Amino acid sequence: MLSRTADNLFWIARYMERADTAARLLDMGCRISLIPSAQGYRSEWDSVLQATGTGDLFRRKYGEPVQRNLESWLFFDRDNPSSVASCLTAARENGRIVRTALTAQVWDALNTAFQELRQLERAGPSRDPSELTDWAARQSAMVRGAIDATLLRDDGYNFLNIGYHLERADSTARLMDVKYYVLLPRLDFVGSGLDNYQWSALLRAMGAGRAFHWAYGGEVTAARIADFLILNRQNPRSLITCVAGIAGHLDLLARAYGRESAAQARAHDMRAALEAGTVARIFDEGLHEYLSRFIGEAAALGTLIHEIYLSGEMRGCG
Amino acid sequence: MDAAFDEMNGSGGGTRIPYARLEDWLAHMPRELRSLKQAEAEALFRRIGITFAVYGEGGDPDRLIPFDMFPRVFSGAEWARLDRGVRQRARALNAFLVDVYGRGEIIRAGRIPADIVCRNAAYEKAAVGFVPPRGVYSHIVGIDLVRTGPDEFFVLEDNCRTPSGVSYMLENREIMMRMFPALFRENRIQPVDSYAGLLRRTLASVAPLKCEGEPRIVILTPGPFNSAYYEHSFLADLMGLELVEGQDLFVDGEYVWERTTEGPKRVDVIYRRIDDAFLDPLCFRPDSTLGVPGLMDVYRSGGVSLCSAPGAGVADDKAVYTYVPEMIRFYLGEEPVLNNVPTWKCADASDLKYVLDNLADLVVKEVHGSGGYGMLVGPKASRAEVEAFRARLCADPANYIAQPTLALSTVPTFVDEGVAPRHVDLRPYCLVGERIELVPGALTRVALREGSLVVNSSQGGGVKDTWVLAE
Repeated sequence: MLSRTADNLFWIARYMERADTAARLLDMGCRISLIPSAQGYRSEWDSVLQATGTGDLFRRKYGEPVQRNLESWLFFDRDNPSSVASCLTAARENGRIVRTALTAQVWDALNTAFQELRQLERAGPSRDPSELTDWAARQSAMVRGAIDATLLRDDGYNFLNIGYHLERADSTARLMDVKYYVLLPRLDFVGSGLDNYQWSALLRAMGAGRAFHWAYGGEVTAARIADFLILNRQNPRSLITCVAGIAGHLDLLARAYGRESAAQARAHDMRAALEAGTVARIFDEGLHEYLSRFIGEAAALGTLIHEIYLSGEMRGCG
Repeated sequence: MDAAFDEMNGSGGGTRIPYARLEDWLAHMPRELRSLKQAEAEALFRRIGITFAVYGEGGDPDRLIPFDMFPRVFSGAEWARLDRGVRQRARALNAFLVDVYGRGEIIRAGRIPADIVCRNAAYEKAAVGFVPPRGVYSHIVGIDLVRTGPDEFFVLEDNCRTPSGVSYMLENREIMMRMFPALFRENRIQPVDSYAGLLRRTLASVAPLKCEGEPRIVILTPGPFNSAYYEHSFLADLMGLELVEGQDLFVDGEYVWERTTEGPKRVDVIYRRIDDAFLDPLCFRPDSTLGVPGLMDVYRSGGVSLCSAPGAGVADDKAVYTYVPEMIRFYLGEEPVLNNVPTWKCADASDLKYVLDNLADLVVKEVHGSGGYGMLVGPKASRAEVEAFRARLCADPANYIAQPTLALSTVPTFVDEGVAPRHVDLRPYCLVGERIELVPGALTRVALREGSLVVNSSQGGGVKDTWVLAE
């Protein structure tokens, strides 16, 4: 497959997943801001901005965070490269470029999302945010569903899935980090009612509230949540599930191309480390430190994948 | 201008035979059904993603070309003649190209002036002395035809480089079959869907000598911002070929390679949809980022085939156009089946005088222009426009040719008030490789504005499905 095509597919998946994350963050922010906190709602929205990595851009445009501005920033704003609108547009533009590598159904889903987005934009930002986040979740499900139901299981499918898993691993790690590092104003909040509410909001933002209770029952604790989001193989958004997904699709590529790659080895190393991990050890290292390290490793894996498969620079086998 | 010939109603003698069954169809199409179908067609086009960007217009990059549901119909006999004429022209144009980049016999025989060829901006010095595989320069020849009467067809221009629009020929048919299946049961309409297979076979048949085994063919596009990008990806998809940009290819040694996730793969045939000037920054425009550095060296040493071959444009220039009937006689020893429109060359002093004296009755075009830009349609222009054009013409007469204003035929077309005649033209796509192929179909462009003769999609033109009936 053409390297540029693989690159575009990889980024279609990343943008779709990123749009999904932006919508989840909007939902989480709205939810958290409904309860009183020590410092008013500002710090919560701050944390949301932090998670998207667009705090500076936002402040340059709007100054201090106000909920109404944040809603449009996360959803509609084209100046925010991670907004739902920016990501859906970029995913569709990438799709337009690689139309030949997509089925009509996948293109239709990408294109429909974009056309409906334009209608939402014309209607203006007067809507209830939950309507918007529901809409965005539906769009990403449509695209994901079309991919699963109609796409050939060829190398393009693998690159799409690598993109999805890599972006999702990054977003899970960031969301947790924000919650733990930024959201809690003081250490003595840990384990308090406020803390639990915020953790629940986090689970909810990952669409995993019910799943958590099924898996663990009873009380929401920091350790259980860390276990659920990092080490639980049943959770579709956990770091271990995402890394195992990347490794699996790199294995499929290696088989198809008849050649192993350094990226594949790296992904398997990361998976082995997660399999051997325990919550106690993660907390010993410090959750924030652990997550920062993971985010760095995931980014390095992405770079390696780019160099080997997506840049087209690799020579020596014609 | 005389009243135009209407292809359905003739000149008043009742409905012409090829259109007979459409009378019923039209009679059973109430207004509401029509708007419903029109909306359905538009939704289909938009979902498929057929859109068209107009150069320099800004605006909506996802604009649709208006699709008119009223088909245009040719009888088998009418088509047989067009088929012969188009194939004949495609053969002559390719023979001409091989000749002018080779021995130049037609020039030495005095049948065409050397200046018109060798001083032509489209004459490619880098192509001199090189004969492409099978002696084919132009692999897809688009011939623009107009009609003025039951048997009167004229060639308006030839397109030897990379004629576009064939995706509309194919998609218009798809959409018509989806919306009006009954019409296709009642009429014996020859299918056009073999086009993609024939194009692929044509491209494969001109693989370079150095190619062993099944040739690897790619389509080279300038990218998604090009107005015809949809067509490029559509054709790639139909033929199962990779759609590449310049950055996806590189030259190494004697070959062109494609950057893939499995490492480089050798490319044998490039169906390029970018102009000569952008193909290779080392050979042509040094600032081009669309092409592939070193491509021309590989091409000239027989490492890769380019379709169309660099330099093919010299055959579809409007000044060379006037000599195509001569080419047919010279190379094929045949009389042209299809005539040219009578043309005055403004470079010629006596022709120029005639043109200036009759400017208000003529169509005047730039020799190298395309897309309906930079032309004067005398009878439709205001006095001021005619005078402004006269000044430009006098400043650079060699840059213009003039033709009589033809009463282009009309075909019934759905308009706001109901059904009304609108002027049309016709572009069949002839494939030239090991064999010469022409599917029974073409692109019909229609000028949707009442009385307008300009069918270009960039200037308010639309498209129609074009039927050729089986005998």
